[in-house]
Amino acid sequence: MFTVRSSILKTLISSNFSKFKYFSTLNNEIKVCIVGGGAAGFYSSQYLLKHLPNTQIDVIEKLPVPFGLVRYGVAPDHPEVKNVINTFNKTAQHPNFKYYGNVSLGKEVTLDELRKAYNIVVLSYGSEIDTLLNISGEDKKNFMSAREFVGWYNGTPGLEELNPDLSGEEVILIGNGNVAIDVARILLTPVDILKKTDITEYSIEALSRSKVKKVYMVGRRGPLQAAFTIAELREMLKIPNVQTIWRSADFEGITSDTVTSLPRPKKRITELMLKSLQEAPKASSDDKQFLPIFFRSPIQINGDSQVESIDFSHTVLKNDRAIATNDVEKITGQLVCRSIGYKATSVDPSINFDDKNGRVVNKHGRVLMKDSTEIDKGLYVAGWLGTGPSGVILTTMNNAFQISQTIIDDIKNGELNCDEKKPGFDYSKFRAVTWDDWKKIDEKEVECGKKLDKPREKIVSVDEMLKLI
Amino acid sequence: MIRIINSRIISCVSKQLTKPIGAQLSRSLCTNVPKPQKEEVQVTFVRANGERVQSKGKVGDSLLDVVVNNSLDFDGFGACEGTLTCSTCHLILSQADYDKLPDKPSDEELDMLDLAYDLADTSRLGCQICLEKSMNGLEVKVPATVNDARS
Ligand SMILES: Cc1cc2nc3c(=O)[nH]c(=O)nc-3n(C[C@H](O)[C@H](O)[C@H](O)COP(=O)(O)OP(=O)(O)OC[C@H]3O[C@@H](n4cnc5c(N)ncnc54)[C@H](O)[C@@H]3O)c2cc1C
Repeated sequence: MFTVRSSILKTLISSNFSKFKYFSTLNNEIKVCIVGGGAAGFYSSQYLLKHLPNTQIDVIEKLPVPFGLVRYGVAPDHPEVKNVINTFNKTAQHPNFKYYGNVSLGKEVTLDELRKAYNIVVLSYGSEIDTLLNISGEDKKNFMSAREFVGWYNGTPGLEELNPDLSGEEVILIGNGNVAIDVARILLTPVDILKKTDITEYSIEALSRSKVKKVYMVGRRGPLQAAFTIAELREMLKIPNVQTIWRSADFEGITSDTVTSLPRPKKRITELMLKSLQEAPKASSDDKQFLPIFFRSPIQINGDSQVESIDFSHTVLKNDRAIATNDVEKITGQLVCRSIGYKATSVDPSINFDDKNGRVVNKHGRVLMKDSTEIDKGLYVAGWLGTGPSGVILTTMNNAFQISQTIIDDIKNGELNCDEKKPGFDYSKFRAVTWDDWKKIDEKEVECGKKLDKPREKIVSVDEMLKLI
Repeated sequence: MIRIINSRIISCVSKQLTKPIGAQLSRSLCTNVPKPQKEEVQVTFVRANGERVQSKGKVGDSLLDVVVNNSLDFDGFGACEGTLTCSTCHLILSQADYDKLPDKPSDEELDMLDLAYDLADTSRLGCQICLEKSMNGLEVKVPATVNDARS
């Protein structure tokens, strides 16, 4: 048993030597703790297990159940998107992978404890807080974040009590990203379609009593700056018995010349919007309406205790930024969801956290020391916690792969020394949920779903989950 | 739910199947199709770093099937398993091969390609290209991934 200093080794390996041959000369098991069992956590695990031999990975997850936003964010009527879970399941089968659910960083364990117990810690606990509008009235009843509304229909523990009041006819969504579109689609899609998905039973019950007929989706900037992507828009245009109604004034100045000069993705989505605008809606009084609105920025939320309307100022674009003018438009809505972005929070005082931008301070995934430009060796950040909350699962996957490769490069280049034998952490003192335990919860959910003719019925209460194991 | 209706998978399979296709459409349809003769088609995948990966598929297989069935090592390839909800099986063809393909990409495929990295005019999703005898010797480029970007 001996360990070779990496610098010597580097000179020893000829250029055609594969990284595997290099790493196989290290005798120590490299112990890695990944904090957060969402997409970033699973993709990091997958990459490290494949490309860094002799790794033992422990994933700790706040909830008993894994997959983060793939389970609790991705819309129930998009089951195909959740196919990534099959890959996560394969990763979890790896003999060097262990899952500890119901263990939170900052609650059961501290970062300092994890740093002592592992050679490498990867923070990937996502961004859970949503950005406020910071105008008066955000605390009114039936004013909520889109993220909460999504959590409600998707069964996020703690949000089952949200009870959005769907007795009004108009809903306003502030922000026009794909999450806003998800909310609009769930509110407008016929319940008969939704009830065959893994949407929670209580929300199906509420949605079947819903009186919502119009969903406004309001963006500060123009159609060319819209945040939603084309597949999501195309899907909206195809919902049965729903008309999409645009405001032609919003498209003033967007000519076929401007469109042709756009890069392909922007070009195609703008063409789709224009095509939809030009198709006169086949008005049927029973139809529900989806109403995208541009160039409006919220300034005031009106209503007594419950929200009744929002005042928006008209905006104009200057250098791609929305500048408010003095013109104001009031839009009525009895339910309002804010969907203008998220922030992460610091869950442990020793994390070097950027409160302003809501993410861990890092350089290419390497976490920096507090008040310094120096790298905190052995500590990394992956996924939304490091990049900020934008992009799809694919973006998160690429980021997780990249950061895992950075870890491997750091070891290879001698920047990160993993020679020290680390003990790992003993989670037996907590009520930690293992992968086999999760499988029991999973089976129960699928079984309950069968009775209702859906892929699964999620168990929402953490206590109930824990009772199954 | 609306998205499950995957026109390309239907057209790809309907060439060989006369009976109607059930509600559950997935990538496996392409491989589960009974094939009278199992004709093999050679495909070469060329990584961004120039490395050539030779492999074989059967008539009716999609290019994603070829990657999966031969366990080709492209990290993250085919994340949504051929359901047209991601762009991880993005491949780039030569202009000549692109033009020869029997089907043009559907709007839904183009929508996904719009989100792909390194998008080219001859980009396609591997899950939407089904092998035919005439494609023997096809060469496709696998766009750069972190794996190749590494020096
Ligand atoms: C509403 C919504 C819908 C979306 N729909 C799609 C879609 O259809 N298609 C698509 O491609 N992308 C979609 N996305 C984006 C996708 O979900 C993200 O790209 C991806 O999930 C980010 O992964 P992550 O691992 O960084 O974060 P997360 O998935 O949030 O994972 C973080 C994990 O960390 C856990 N955690 C939190 N705090 C702690 C702690 N203190 N200790 C331990 N664990 C902790 C959380 O419980 C969670 O499991 C959607 C996002 C949202 C918000």
